[in-house]
Amino acid sequence: MKTRLLRLGLCGLALTVMLTGCVTPPYDYTNFRAHPPRSILVLPPLNESTAVEGTYGYLSTVTMPLAEMGYYVYPVVVVDQFMKENGLPTAGEMHQAPLDKIRDIFGADAVLYVTLKQYGTKYQVINSATIVTVQAKLVDTKTGMVLWEGTATAQQNSGGSGNIFADLIVAAVDQAINSSTDQAHDVSRMANALLLTPKDHGLLYGPYYPKDKQ
Amino acid sequence: MEAGETVSNARLKLLPLLLAVPLLITGCQSPYVYHWGRYESLVYVTYAKPGKVPPEAQVQKMEEDLQKAAAANKPVPPGFHAYLGYLDYQLGKPGLARQEFEKEKAQFPESTVFMDRMLASLAKK
Repeated sequence: MKTRLLRLGLCGLALTVMLTGCVTPPYDYTNFRAHPPRSILVLPPLNESTAVEGTYGYLSTVTMPLAEMGYYVYPVVVVDQFMKENGLPTAGEMHQAPLDKIRDIFGADAVLYVTLKQYGTKYQVINSATIVTVQAKLVDTKTGMVLWEGTATAQQNSGGSGNIFADLIVAAVDQAINSSTDQAHDVSRMANALLLTPKDHGLLYGPYYPKDKQ
Repeated sequence: MEAGETVSNARLKLLPLLLAVPLLITGCQSPYVYHWGRYESLVYVTYAKPGKVPPEAQVQKMEEDLQKAAAANKPVPPGFHAYLGYLDYQLGKPGLARQEFEKEKAQFPESTVFMDRMLASLAKK
């Protein structure tokens, strides 16, 4: 009985550490609270990984967590196409666009700049590991202030992630067609959950987040 | 006797959890604010497998999602109507595109500046 309790305790402890991201002090939300955004424009991420498919494999996973946290998120495809048609063909150029221009054209309160540090699957002798590391910065379009920044890594080894919550996040997303998507695309969802949702380190809730859930 | 009780109690406690997991997965008791349908997976396919799901088929899937959202009494997510309008526009249906951009605006006033821009560019054509 005692051993079982101990095991449960350890299990719970491990889970808590995983979810809260160890013992780093809480994020300083002073700027965030001073300029709370209602709307977030997400640009295609800068891709520092070796996988070219990372840019859009990631971009198609970021609307859900941001919107579910209560923000208006601009339609990522329409924004991307609009920018391309207006002389900004790459993510690198889009990230250089002046904030006042972004505010003027889209009306966005804040921009989320994402950099993919790692994206892809590493194959080893008997198993494989899919890793996604994202770094993100939320910037106020009026003042240029950094409202929030963070980084997260998610890893899925062959044979499940070992994290039931992460698996549930992946399972909750309907597939458009029954075609296999690249694994890192799924792992991006876990990385986003680890990046954006932890209390004291993730984003604060936005205006559309239901009051009764807070 | 005591050990037996512990086991059955533990099982009893596990039962609601076991019931909750499939519910969560099928989305009956969805914890989400929005009915997401296939919005993000269509975004993915658009880029990852260009041409695999052409705009006509995307519109059809999104129309189905709209019906499902209405049946589930849940709103569609931010950007949904704007993207649908963009697809309509690509298919040469500016009237439908206009309706969708207006819907995005009505559902999320934060989109007004961008949607007005899209509406203005429709008017020019």
